[in-house]
Amino acid sequence: MSKLIAFAVIQGGYNIISKVEGEYETALQTYDAATKVGFPNTAYYLPIIYSLLGLKVETLEDIREPLEFARSLLPPHVKSKNHLPYLGPLLDAGMGAILALEIKEALRYLNEPDFYLASEEDIDIDAGKIWLGAADDVILRKRGVEFVDGSAPGFAVILGSAPTPQIAKDIVEDYQKKSLYSWFAANHNGTTLTEQLIEAGVQLGWNTRLVPFGPDISSAAFAAGFANRVAMTFGGIEPGNYKKILLYNKERVFAFANALGDVGTEWGAVAGGVLNWGFPVIVDTDIPAVLPTGICTYEHVVPNIPHDQICQKSIETRGLKVTVSEIDIPMSFGPAFEGERVRGADLFAQMGGGKTQATELVKLAEMNEIEDGKVEIIGPDIADIKEGDTLPLGIYIQVAGREFQSDFEPILERQIHHLTNYIQYIMHIGQRDITWVRVSKAAVEKGFSLKHIGVVLHAKFHQDFSNILDKVQVTLYTNKDDVDKLTERARAEYRIRDERVENMSDETEEIFYSCTLCQSFAPNHVCTVSPERTGLCGAYNWMDCKAAYEINPTGPNQPIKKGECLDPVLGQWKGINDFVYKASRGNIDHYNLYSMVTDPMTTCGCCECIAAVLPGLNGVMTVNRDYMGETPCGMKFTTLAGVMGGGASSPGFVGHSKYNITQKKFIIGDGGIKRMVWMPKILKDEIKDRLDKRGEEAYGIKNFSDMIADDTIGVTEDEIRPFLEKVGHPALAMDPIMG
Amino acid sequence: MAEVKEEKKVKKAKKLADPVAASYDVASQEMILRAHDLGVETIFDRAENMKPCNIGVQGTCCKNCGMGPCRLPLPKAGIEGEDERKGLCGATANTIAARNFIRMIAGGAAAHSDHGRGVAEVFLAAARKETDDYHIKDIDKLLAVAADLGVDTTVEEDGEILDRDIDEIAVETAEVALNEWGKPEGELLYVKKAPAARYELWKKLGVIPRNIDREIVEIMHRTHIGVDQNYKNLMKQGSRAAIADGWGGSMLATDLQDILFGTPYPVAAEANLGVMKEDMVNLIIHGHEPILSEMIVSVSETQEMIDYAKSKGANGIQLSGICCTANELLQRHGIPLCGNFLQQELAIITGACDAMVVDIQCIMQNIANVAKCFHTKVITTHPIARMEQDNVIHVEFSEHHAREDAEKIVRMAIDNFENRKAEVMIPKHKSLVVAGFGVESTAYELGGTFRKTFFTLNSNIINGRVRGVAGVVGCNNARCRHNEGHIQVVKELIKNDVLVLTTGCNAIACATEGLLTPESAKVYCGDGLAEVCETVGIPPVLHLGSCVDNSRILLAATEVVKAGGLGNDISEWPVAGSAPEWMSEKAISIGHYFVVSGVYTVFGVTFPTSGAPEFQKYLFEDFEKIYGGMWGFEADPVKHAQLMIAHIDKKRKELGIDKARERVLMDMADRQALEA
Repeated sequence: MSKLIAFAVIQGGYNIISKVEGEYETALQTYDAATKVGFPNTAYYLPIIYSLLGLKVETLEDIREPLEFARSLLPPHVKSKNHLPYLGPLLDAGMGAILALEIKEALRYLNEPDFYLASEEDIDIDAGKIWLGAADDVILRKRGVEFVDGSAPGFAVILGSAPTPQIAKDIVEDYQKKSLYSWFAANHNGTTLTEQLIEAGVQLGWNTRLVPFGPDISSAAFAAGFANRVAMTFGGIEPGNYKKILLYNKERVFAFANALGDVGTEWGAVAGGVLNWGFPVIVDTDIPAVLPTGICTYEHVVPNIPHDQICQKSIETRGLKVTVSEIDIPMSFGPAFEGERVRGADLFAQMGGGKTQATELVKLAEMNEIEDGKVEIIGPDIADIKEGDTLPLGIYIQVAGREFQSDFEPILERQIHHLTNYIQYIMHIGQRDITWVRVSKAAVEKGFSLKHIGVVLHAKFHQDFSNILDKVQVTLYTNKDDVDKLTERARAEYRIRDERVENMSDETEEIFYSCTLCQSFAPNHVCTVSPERTGLCGAYNWMDCKAAYEINPTGPNQPIKKGECLDPVLGQWKGINDFVYKASRGNIDHYNLYSMVTDPMTTCGCCECIAAVLPGLNGVMTVNRDYMGETPCGMKFTTLAGVMGGGASSPGFVGHSKYNITQKKFIIGDGGIKRMVWMPKILKDEIKDRLDKRGEEAYGIKNFSDMIADDTIGVTEDEIRPFLEKVGHPALAMDPIMG
Repeated sequence: MAEVKEEKKVKKAKKLADPVAASYDVASQEMILRAHDLGVETIFDRAENMKPCNIGVQGTCCKNCGMGPCRLPLPKAGIEGEDERKGLCGATANTIAARNFIRMIAGGAAAHSDHGRGVAEVFLAAARKETDDYHIKDIDKLLAVAADLGVDTTVEEDGEILDRDIDEIAVETAEVALNEWGKPEGELLYVKKAPAARYELWKKLGVIPRNIDREIVEIMHRTHIGVDQNYKNLMKQGSRAAIADGWGGSMLATDLQDILFGTPYPVAAEANLGVMKEDMVNLIIHGHEPILSEMIVSVSETQEMIDYAKSKGANGIQLSGICCTANELLQRHGIPLCGNFLQQELAIITGACDAMVVDIQCIMQNIANVAKCFHTKVITTHPIARMEQDNVIHVEFSEHHAREDAEKIVRMAIDNFENRKAEVMIPKHKSLVVAGFGVESTAYELGGTFRKTFFTLNSNIINGRVRGVAGVVGCNNARCRHNEGHIQVVKELIKNDVLVLTTGCNAIACATEGLLTPESAKVYCGDGLAEVCETVGIPPVLHLGSCVDNSRILLAATEVVKAGGLGNDISEWPVAGSAPEWMSEKAISIGHYFVVSGVYTVFGVTFPTSGAPEFQKYLFEDFEKIYGGMWGFEADPVKHAQLMIAHIDKKRKELGIDKARERVLMDMADRQALEA
């Protein structure tokens, strides 16, 4: 009966809010009211409070208002007879509880600063740091992209613990196989799912999509906070527009909660609270069901689900479709296993990585030349070697198909990395001739053979690229001579390919490609990808888009005839404008590909870097999303992204990929890369060679990277000006950047 | 007592009503029986002794000029071939029936709208702070109404948008609102609150009201001898006046009352004659305007009055209501419902009614006669509604000395406590109720503060748990068994998973039957509706207020359209209307504004156009093609409900939601295709 649920949720709301009020009073007695509070490395304050109420909690004092608001949401208790309606009150009480729990976690960060492992992707069992707490903005953006492109279809918030560690492992593996993230919070009678999984030897962390938030129910607030940051970051919804934030979650963020164990009043309050997000609750115990629809897309509370069905039942209840690749290998397989490490102690054997040569090559073949599905190992397999050994490795893939073009070879080749990584217990690093494959003992126990790499590649190539290929044959070489021969041939191929791409220009191609992949989250955003402007996420260049279009002609990458050139300097074409107008649903009627000052391209939340004009230095800076520090424009990456992302065109700012910085057309309309006066050192080091090459090629400047200031020199305009003057940075002498 | 019995023997010729046949309600049956015992005549007895006029009932008696009345009854066998009936002037049965029909609309619209005007005047006085007794209570509602009336709620100062002063907003809102009754040009502002498609249709048909009063006046003009003699053209004006009522006078009355007295939120209370208390001063407020009743509530809750009552030997003051005043008091204060229209005499017959204070509409003159047999004081308060009997006391109520007047009335009731004569007999019967489902509170109950929405309802209509929604409203009619039609129609609807929205005397009938309790869902509803009621914690019959609050049903129907998934107009989604026991002209106006808003509306008991079959067909059939909504008539309650259900099913089919809803599982491509 729903009434019992309402009763529990409202009771739980009172319990939680009263407790948190007590903790807040204690904190006020312990610390000064001006003491800073918050979650680490985020521009979103306490994100639930910020997103829903528009309140920025920065100090202990700032907590008072949202906490009083939470209290005001508490409705009267439900009477047993002739009671008043309780759905609205139940949702309010749950929301009040979740707001209070976010405050509770902020107080925990204040009181126990070392409780959570700060901004780490994986847990540190040896140091006893198994709780990750709030995901910072770097994780949010990196993982957010996976929700955007569909590689992570949703997330499960799992409360409590399973009856045994093995059941715990089975449940989360079901989610991993379906590529969902599982986030763990709360304990059941003192046992946590996290500890059960550690006991079962499961790798935990963002990399394996198994994230231990915290041991208490309060850490469930991190999940709701993440979801709301997705709505603000990728959906571009302004903080305080609570209805839109919650509906965005209902419609686009496919999350749900599982409760493992007895649902008491506090869990009940959280469950009632997450219904506001449209996240249903699926539990393993016998509690009342709430099946009518409305707040959630389908059922609200589904009880009594056996553990081996809870994954399937949950995604069905949420209305989520997940296609799982069934691949005939003895290990589990899927994106959730991509981030799994094979550490020294677990290592059985490795190939490449400086120990031996390991090379990958995809080549077009004639239809009659190869046999589809043939996977051959020439040389010893894993079974033929002993623990600690190494092998050379050549992965040679021949692909044939009526629609297949040699242009698609590098695209398929790039898939080898993540597809191989998708195999549980196998780790793949690098690409081309610097490949490195590590095989764990667990893989060998399950019966791993190198042949399985071929099986995976054959199956996945067929699944993902069926429109462009008909036959795939894989040969794995493990004899040194064969590998060396393949390597030599491969290097020649790489050279030809690189030249072909480098010689392409925006002028020579009539067709550009759109990318609206992110519209699942940023509905107005439209990327235009040209040969000299790769997608701002760094994941899609022109060639990728072309292939993606061939593979899926109705997909998010569509060819755009660029048409009449309206502005060759700023990079504006009529055909592009027309397309953008339509694809942005009338929100954007034009933009420039080569300018960040005048009507720049729109930016979604998933750009690799954001460039900003520094008017005082007559130049620009850029910052990559991995850099968490301050920048000379006065904003950190995450603040910048909040200001200019979400599908808007923001003059003075533009999102771009790392690679794009050294492409010829990079902000060429504003003076080009000569304007670049600052970037974080980690980024500068990463692209140093290409920066120097580009500087010399275009402007005859040697070691251009040395003229660009970085965070070791300063993070304000004033701090870096003397440096720029000293090195004679060309930007200082250019025409004013703002006309 | 002996004397009384003697008198009864003398008047033996008069028939007495059979209590069980007269009312479905046991409390009422007991009081009718008591009335017989005491020799007090009630409406139930009079209904046995006087039949309705056979020609008038058909709507074909014309007395609009001194040459008539011209009587054009339809022969029992009907008319074969051409209908040659004519009045002296040549008016056909169609013309006469249409004129009579729209004069009923004019009467109803005038009643609602004049009520609304009264509220608007008090609101203006409150906004201008010319009265100390009334204040703006609901600022959120004020801001919403201001926005609907095009009154600025913000001001720009130095390029900054600031909140405008509330008092300023209130005064301008009151002025703009009051202007709606008689503005010289433009169109009624509230019609834009209807779904865009409905507004466009009205515009196309030329039925958008210019102001509220004008449309009523024009009906009186057009129906004068020798003016409009085309029933279709007459109905066009009837439609325009009805819209001016539902989307004008009534809606403004509701909204302005909410601003002054608070927007209703769910409250628990009790209903039926059993709410009266033997040991307390029973003050019954009867009529329609909350202007009076709110002040009486406020005064009677003061310690001073309670102490005064105690000084007179009572244990306190028990307020209760009859007719729509009862609904107003219930939805805002949880004050119990004493009874509906046909229970007004019966409340006095308990012998425990110390005062019955009345304002306007549906007050039977006979209460004064009944009161003569008891100690009850009947107090009229409104200058436009007085009674000829000499035992009636008139205390004229004005917003400028409202508190004083109210105090006088309450003291009068208290003073009268000790004058109780006949032995008191209060029926034991009463039921629990939950009421207070305005548009705002329903959206809240369906989604909480953060997800306030009607979509929860839409979703369950789409998935078929809720088959559709019915607005069941209206009066009591002594020509049928009291409350039976109301209760049977509603029970048949909820049994078939139709959620019922109720107002007026239907709401009170449902209340006495226990249908306004959340517990009733499991007892009376189909599985689907029961499950939804259980989820939200609501009764299957939602109390939306008084008869002017039928405007809330229009707005709720509009909110459903806005919430999405059920078409673009009120006429597209599965909804139907009903007044099973109608009798007043207000009911005809209400029914007609439902019809022209796109709702199939069925009336029970009788229909005032039966003597003009062609005109009746126009209302019952042709109207559907014009407005998407049409009239219907069925006296049998179960068949009546079945007509509505069939219409609901037809709409479900048209929307393609007549089959089980498929579970759509979304992948990334589906999500990318989502509209922004």
